[in-house]
Amino acid sequence: MTVLPELRVEVTPTFIVSTALATRDFQDVHHDRDRAIARGSKDIFLNILTTTGLVQRFVTDWAGPGALVRGVSIRLGVPCYAYDTLVFSGRAVSTSDGVTTVEVVGRNSMGDHVTGTVRVVLP
Amino acid sequence: MITDEAERIAALGPSPRRPARDAVNPAMINNWTEALGDGNSAYPELAPPAMVQVWTMRGLHPAAEEHDPLAAMSAVLDEAGYTSVVATNCEQTYHRYLRPGEHVSVSSVLDAVVGPKRTALGEGWFVTTRSTWFVGDEPVAEMLFRILKFKPGNKSTASALQPTVSRDTEFFWQGTKLGELRVQRCSACGVVRHPPGPMCPRCNALDPGYVVATGLGEVFSYVVHHHPPVPGRELPYVVALVELSEGVRMLGELVGVPPDEVRVGLPVRVGFRPVGEFVLPVWEAR
Repeated sequence: MTVLPELRVEVTPTFIVSTALATRDFQDVHHDRDRAIARGSKDIFLNILTTTGLVQRFVTDWAGPGALVRGVSIRLGVPCYAYDTLVFSGRAVSTSDGVTTVEVVGRNSMGDHVTGTVRVVLP
Repeated sequence: MITDEAERIAALGPSPRRPARDAVNPAMINNWTEALGDGNSAYPELAPPAMVQVWTMRGLHPAAEEHDPLAAMSAVLDEAGYTSVVATNCEQTYHRYLRPGEHVSVSSVLDAVVGPKRTALGEGWFVTTRSTWFVGDEPVAEMLFRILKFKPGNKSTASALQPTVSRDTEFFWQGTKLGELRVQRCSACGVVRHPPGPMCPRCNALDPGYVVATGLGEVFSYVVHHHPPVPGRELPYVVALVELSEGVRMLGELVGVPPDEVRVGLPVRVGFRPVGEFVLPVWEAR
């Protein structure tokens, strides 16, 4: 069982806004703090497509450019608000038919933001 | 009624394939890798698989769609009072990587609507859709997406806890906003007391005033909170009962001192920390 190197992401407002727009997600809660607060949130927060992308990045940072990602399955927990730090940890737990399963957790100050698995064919 | 509508929408089957605005292209891939900080050198010759949904996002001015199972089911639940939404699961499978120049389209179907369920957020229904992305007629990726549509109830996953304000404590919280640590003092007999209350415990007068404390004191006692988790807080943290030089004891978080270095008698001074709409007094070593 291999433990992956930790990935720390400083979730600045700039990070939330630029990733939301890069994933073509224009919902106001990802770029407009006034609207986010009016809808009951503490601040703007990370969108799901970015969380999925970060989980993938966490695994390919470790597996390298030759890896083939076959699937990303995530369960969403607490939101990730601006000014928080998101820390990914994970471990490769099994390999079957050439596909390795990596368990991933992304935590912030409020708890588990995301838990899930990535299926990847290692080079 | 909700179940009937769910059956009706599910029976419509997969929505017509909706094409992406743009073909897979290096500019959008580079925007994505730059924003996410992804240095994988396989991109942009190949598209990041987790970008598959990006290609078919509806954009800034989405057109109304005749057949969108998630939107249709959401409208039914909105109507029934389940107006709030939170995504719970996203499971993506990639059959192959996409290359610039390929043009994807997407089709979605309502998979399941389960409820009503009692959840930490309130009563709600879980709505699951399945989407498939195609290049031509070849399926290239699939996604299961589940949301909870709920009636907002008592929130147990709230952000940091905040104090409640009463007529007795209002002066205290007004003070912290100004950087003043206010301690109640009986206007009749002059005795100071904390926590605030309507009646003087010595002379029974119902005429409270206050003094602004120096904010200097010593740790009288303390606890280190390791468990259970507290919303919006990082554990462990130290809560200290401080004896102020004015003679009253006051609770507050002790900040900037590692838990194993705290001791009874530690000299402290008050600091002020904004939390939501409040400013909380905290203790700092001096």
